[in-house]
Amino acid sequence: MIEFQLDTASGVATYLQLVQQVRQALQLGILEPGDQLPTAQQVVAKLAINPNTVLKAYRDLEREGLVRPRPGQGTFVVGTLPRIDPAVQGRFLASMTAWLRKAHAAGLGPDDIEAIYRTAVRNASAEGAA
Amino acid sequence: MTAVIETNDLGKQYGRKWALRDCTLSIPEGKVIGLVGPNGAGKTTLLSLAVGLLTPTRGSITVLAGRPGDGPAQLEKVGFVAQDTPAYAGLSVGKHLLMGAYLNANWDQQLAKRRIDQLGLDLRQKAGSLSGGQRAQLALTMAIAKQPELLLLDEPLASLDPLARREFLQGLMEIVASHGISVMLSSHLIADLERVCDYLVLLVASHIQLAGEITELLATHHRLSGSRRDPRSLPSSHEVIEESHTDKQSTFLVRTDQPILDPAWTVRPVTLDELVLAYMGQAHNPRPGRRSALGVVS
Repeated sequence: MIEFQLDTASGVATYLQLVQQVRQALQLGILEPGDQLPTAQQVVAKLAINPNTVLKAYRDLEREGLVRPRPGQGTFVVGTLPRIDPAVQGRFLASMTAWLRKAHAAGLGPDDIEAIYRTAVRNASAEGAA
Repeated sequence: MTAVIETNDLGKQYGRKWALRDCTLSIPEGKVIGLVGPNGAGKTTLLSLAVGLLTPTRGSITVLAGRPGDGPAQLEKVGFVAQDTPAYAGLSVGKHLLMGAYLNANWDQQLAKRRIDQLGLDLRQKAGSLSGGQRAQLALTMAIAKQPELLLLDEPLASLDPLARREFLQGLMEIVASHGISVMLSSHLIADLERVCDYLVLLVASHIQLAGEITELLATHHRLSGSRRDPRSLPSSHEVIEESHTDKQSTFLVRTDQPILDPAWTVRPVTLDELVLAYMGQAHNPRPGRRSALGVVS
C-alpha cells in the first residue's frame, strides 16, 4: 500500500498529483501488479480532499490500463510501466547539459532559459494539437 | 442528471433590502459545493432558504425535488449545521445522540456512536465544556447520523483552528466517500474549501457572480500577459474578467473555451483563489455585455 502526499503549493491539480504518484511508484517498482491502492475513503480521511478527486485519478489510471477496480474489494494494480532506459535518460541529459552550457556562454540567464523552455514546450504542444 | 438544488429567479427581501436576488442555479447531485462570498453577501440567506427556515420573497427553490421545509419527509432528506456549529450547552454528548434518535426517523445510532468514539469524546461530557473543534464535530455527527441526502453547513470552519479544520474536513469527506451525499458548505475564504469542493457558487452583494464545476472553471480561465494591448483587440471568444495595464504591458484574465494560440501572450493557468478574487472585483466594477450563457449572471 502506498500513501499519497499533497503539495498544495505546486499548482498541479490534486488528481494529477495522485496519478503521478502512482505512476512514479510503478516506475520505481514500489507498486507491482496485484498491489492494492488505498480506498477513496482512506485517502480522503488522510488528505481531507474530495472523494471524486480520488475516483477521477483512479479512473485515469484505469484508462491507462494500470489499475483495475474489483467490486467490493478495492482498486488493484494490473499494469506495469517501463522504467526509463538509463541509456536514453543519459543521452538526453548530456545533450541538455551541453545546450545549457552554450546558453550560459551566450549570456542567457536562468530566467531567459526558462522563458525559452516554456515557449518551446508550448510550440511543441501547439504543433501536436494542430 | 438530477439537480440537488435548483433555483429560479430566487430572491429574499428584508424590509427594503434584498439579501439575495436574481438567483438562478442548477447544481447536480453528488457534489461538494463551496458557497463562497464576503460577509453579508447572502450565503446564510441562501442556505436558510434551502433548509426551509426562510421562504422566498420571489422566485422558487427546489431541493432534492421537493419544496424546502415541506413536511417531515423533506426535512429528513436535509441535514443542516447552522453558523458556529451550535449545540445545547447543558446537555451531555450522549443526550444529544438520544435527542437525535428521538427526532429523526432514519437515525443511525451506530454511526453516531462510532464517530463519537473515533473523536475520543466522552458521552457524559456536557456540550458546553467541549472545545470549538469538538463541538463542531458533535454538530456534524448529529447532522450525518440522521442520514440526509444533502448536508448544508453554514461557515462550519470559521471558528476552528487549523488542526480542527483539517479534522472536520477529513470527517466530512469520509462521509461523502462512504454515503455519497451532496454537501454545500459556506465560507468567506475559498482557501478553506479548495481541497474539498468540486463545485463553486460565488455570491457577491446578494447576486450570484459565478457558479460551476471547479475543474471546468479552471480549464476555461487563463491569465494572459504581453505587450500593451486594447482589450477590444482580443478575439470575441475571449471574455475579459479582469485587466490591468502599465505603459508597456497588459495583463488579462480571460474566460474562453478556445485554446489560446496567439504567441504574443504568455499564458498562465489561474488558481481558484485568483479566479474568485477576479470575479469579486468584477462585481464591484461591472462590465457591460457579460454573457449569462457562461453561468455568469449579470
